[in-house]
Amino acid sequence: MASRIRIRAQLKDDYCEVKALMRHPMETGLRKDQSGAAIPANFIEDVQVVHNDAVVMQAYWGAAVSANPFLGVRFKGGAQGDVVKIIWRDNQGDSGSGETTIR
Amino acid sequence: MSKGFFSGLLATLVGLWSFTAISETDGVFDEYRELMGDDNPAIFVIYDGEEIWFTPAGPKSVSLAQCDLGLGPGVVEGAYAQLPRYFSDAQRVQDIEARLEYCMTHLQGRSPDKVRANAYSQRGELGTELEALVAWIADQSSGLTIAPAQAHAKERSAYTLGESLFYYRAGPHDFSCATCHEQTGRRIRLQALPNLTTHQGAAAAYSTWPAYRVSQGIVRTMGWRMRDCMRQQRMPELIMGSEASVALQTYLSVNGAGGSMAAPGLKR
Repeated sequence: MASRIRIRAQLKDDYCEVKALMRHPMETGLRKDQSGAAIPANFIEDVQVVHNDAVVMQAYWGAAVSANPFLGVRFKGGAQGDVVKIIWRDNQGDSGSGETTIR
Repeated sequence: MSKGFFSGLLATLVGLWSFTAISETDGVFDEYRELMGDDNPAIFVIYDGEEIWFTPAGPKSVSLAQCDLGLGPGVVEGAYAQLPRYFSDAQRVQDIEARLEYCMTHLQGRSPDKVRANAYSQRGELGTELEALVAWIADQSSGLTIAPAQAHAKERSAYTLGESLFYYRAGPHDFSCATCHEQTGRRIRLQALPNLTTHQGAAAAYSTWPAYRVSQGIVRTMGWRMRDCMRQQRMPELIMGSEASVALQTYLSVNGAGGSMAAPGLKR
C-alpha cells in the first residue's frame, strides 16, 4: 500500500491550520472478504504532526477511524515557509510521511 | 400480544412508509462534503488510474494509451463527458466500462470474462483497476459540459430503451427506477432521492459519478450504481457494459446534458 499523504498548511489569524488526507485501508480486523476469510487488522496507531522539529500533536488511533482518514489540526507559533510534517505508523509496522511548507 | 401492540406496529409501519418531503439537499452530509472541501480520497485513486492507463498489460503487453474513448486514440480529456456514444469499431453504443472492456480485450488481448469478473470491488477489496481507470478518465472531464452524442440512430434508440427500462416495473417488489426517482423533493431514510426525469436531478446525479463512497472506502462507478439499484429492486443482475446498463446511463446522461461534470464525487 502506497503511503501517500496529501497535506496542506495555511496561516490563519493567529494559528496555522493543517489539513491532511492519508491513504490507508484502516482495516478493523472484523471484516471478512468475499470467501469468508477474516481480513487482518491494519490500521494507523500513531500519528504525529511535526512543526520544524517539534511535535505539535500526537494521536493514538485505532480501528474506529475511517479508511483514508482526514486530519485537521490547528497550532500556534507557525510562520510562513516553516516545514510541517505528518508521520504515521500502523499496527503492521508500516509507516508513511508527508511534508509541506506553511503558506 | 395485545391489540395495542399491533396497532402501534401498524402506526410505525405507516410512519416508515410515508416519505417526508425535504429540500433537495443531503442534509448533514452536505456539511460533511463542505468540511472535506477538495480533500476527496478519490484523488489517490485518480493517480492509480493514470498509472494503470499507461502501464503495459495483457498478453500483448501494451498499455491503453491508444484506446479510443470517442475523441480519437489516446484522447482522454473531455471523453467521459461525451459518453455513452456509438463506436463504429464495436458497432454498438458503449459507456466507459464497455469501452474499457473493448480496449482491454482488443488492444491488450485480455479475456473478456476475466476483465468482467474483476470489474467492481467485491467485499473486502480496496478498489479495482477498472474503478481506478474510470475515476481518472472522469476526472479528465471535470468541469466540462455533459454532452452525450445523440446523432446516431443507435444512440437515440439507447435513450429510448433506457427510458423504458427506467419505468419498467418488475421483480418481487414490482419496482422500477421511477418508483424512487420520478418525484422531486423526496427522500429514503436520510438520503435525498434525485428526480432523474428532470434535467436538474439527472445532471446532479450523473455529474457526480463515479464517486468515492465514504461508507465503503472506495470509488464506485456509474455502472456499479445502476447495478446496485437493480439489486435493491431485486431485479436480475445488471451486467457491466451490457445493452441495458448502457441504455440506462444514456437515459441519465441525455437528461442531464448541459450540466457540468464534477466527478469523482463524494458520497455517503
